[in-house]
Amino acid sequence: MREFRQHVGIAAPLPLPNIDTDTIIPSREMKHVSKTGLAQGLFSGWRYLNERKKEPNPEFVLNQHRYRETTILVTGENFGCGSSREHAVWALLEYGIRSIIAPSFGRIFLTNCVRNGILPAAINENQCLDILSLITDQNIENRIEIDLEKNLITLSNGKSFQFELNSTDRENLLNGWDMIDKTLINQKEIIEFEKKDQPNRPWQYR
Amino acid sequence: MTKPQSLFEKIWKAHEVVSISDEESLIYIDKIFLHERTGSIALQSLHSSGRTVRHPSKVFCTMDHIVDTFPGRNDKTLMPGGTNFIVSTRKEASKAGINLFDLNDPRQGISHIVAAESGIALPGSTLVCPDSHTCTLGGIGLLAWGIGSTEAEHALATSTLRVKKPRSMKVIFDGMCQPGVTAKDMILFLISQYGVSGGAGYAIEFAGTGVLGLESEARMTLCNMAVEFSAFTGFVAPDQKTVEYVIGRDFAPRGSDLKIAKVYWQNLHTDVGALFDKEIVVDCSKIRPSVSWGTNPSQVIPIDDNIPKLEMIEAITDRLAAQKALKYMDLEPGMELKGLPIDGAFIGSCTNSRLSDLRLAANFLRGKKVSNKVAAICVPGSTKIKIKAEEEGLDKIFIDAGFEWREAGCSMCFYAGGETFGAGKRVISSTNRNFEGRQGPNTRTHIASPLTVAASACAGSICGAYDA
Repeated sequence: MREFRQHVGIAAPLPLPNIDTDTIIPSREMKHVSKTGLAQGLFSGWRYLNERKKEPNPEFVLNQHRYRETTILVTGENFGCGSSREHAVWALLEYGIRSIIAPSFGRIFLTNCVRNGILPAAINENQCLDILSLITDQNIENRIEIDLEKNLITLSNGKSFQFELNSTDRENLLNGWDMIDKTLINQKEIIEFEKKDQPNRPWQYR
Repeated sequence: MTKPQSLFEKIWKAHEVVSISDEESLIYIDKIFLHERTGSIALQSLHSSGRTVRHPSKVFCTMDHIVDTFPGRNDKTLMPGGTNFIVSTRKEASKAGINLFDLNDPRQGISHIVAAESGIALPGSTLVCPDSHTCTLGGIGLLAWGIGSTEAEHALATSTLRVKKPRSMKVIFDGMCQPGVTAKDMILFLISQYGVSGGAGYAIEFAGTGVLGLESEARMTLCNMAVEFSAFTGFVAPDQKTVEYVIGRDFAPRGSDLKIAKVYWQNLHTDVGALFDKEIVVDCSKIRPSVSWGTNPSQVIPIDDNIPKLEMIEAITDRLAAQKALKYMDLEPGMELKGLPIDGAFIGSCTNSRLSDLRLAANFLRGKKVSNKVAAICVPGSTKIKIKAEEEGLDKIFIDAGFEWREAGCSMCFYAGGETFGAGKRVISSTNRNFEGRQGPNTRTHIASPLTVAASACAGSICGAYDA
């Protein structure tokens, strides 16, 4: 798993709540049994005027000059709700997104982010609105620094915000651990659990 | 005296291998279900990292998401590149030695429907699947939840998952629903009242007379949309109805196992006095047959009501979202939904394609005709349901009314590049998601119960069964 410590990049605003994973990557863009080849399909319903020809929609934020090199998204509550498709995270990652700032995230999506080295940084709704207005202000350089060791988001004008991430996911991201390897440290306990459980629930072990 | 425990607490404790931290436990996973869209990649990735499935006999896989539902279907798909998903899944499943319910297997069907009807999902157990609607299975009293593909790899390799313990919520559906109000209307009502984030962070026990009165299949409809409420999962405590539903199914315990299981299942209830982090009470008499007007499952109103005016929506972000949704849906604030002409009608999906759903719709459709302006399709949730429905003659009723009658699968619940009602078309659908583009680019989805879908298909416009 890829680790995350600090990141500096350009942030794009997507000021809507409940952006679902179907919107992040529609089913029709998941064309192969693969974790790659997905970036082209990212937000395809919003991003293109003609999806087949991939003709950019100039109104969509990621197609605008100011946000061309985006690596951070700032968005509304419950981002990544809906379908469990990890392809949403793989598409974001392949596009170059390293962190998403939002008041809250879909549960499955949040874990998928952490397992792939993307930082889901949760901040309260008012702070999120502050960041949205600062990154869209043409007079301010669009540059955000995110430091996971300090749980801190710093904007180019010096304004900073504390973000939240549960301590388990924070530690996993900082270290980039392989979770299967980590769990296998408890292999003995898993075997013991099964031994103890089997007489109580024999039908689960047939 | 021991402290009263909730059912969630009991199942959690019975599966806790070890507590990793204050936040997280290593939870034993009894059964893993996979399908060809997100399961194939999990198996492939597991194998390419040199790992194996720890308990192949506890892992099940079926073809539902990408496979066509046309009569006479095979590995070829209308979805470009779909065949590769099917072939790859077959190859990886065989390599892993897991149970595969392939095309032409009588046990094939939508994952969450098959897991229940084949007795794989059992009361008091844990089951995961890389699919968000896995919570459906909570309807028969287990903890079942959706995960990503990487988490699925973890479960396959270790028979466990590292899970952050959710908080507990009890949703009490009090009283009885009026005739024509289904489990679908109950869950849509809950989400419309408390918002799509209303259940975020919670494992939800659905209880109360309104839930006790539901059969197991309807309880699964109720739990199916717990994820649209952003819950960790939803479930109903098992009772006599559940036990009767489970016994005799292919993988259900039998003989001496069944004797032990019956005693074990008896303890699967919330103790009197157990505390929940949150409780919600819903008055069932207030629920009416409902339909969605927007692009998320909280944007729902009773069929007879008008779409809310924007100024009635308090939160500014919600108002913006409603504005965007109405533009996509080609609707105006304040307008009536009833009587709105439709182009398509779909009965199917893990929400509403069980035998009881098909009976309900067929009962309405008997002797009636679908409007000639409406393309109507019925897709049974599993091959077994299809066969049973045909034995009862339901297929004839659907076909005589003007519905297409299909093979089992997820079908048009979502658009993967294959079948769609088309751009700009308005569809009434018994599915769970009315997201933008879910059923195809610019296809406009209104979610409702199968009864409302049947009634609207005949009327050629959105309408309730009792208005028809």
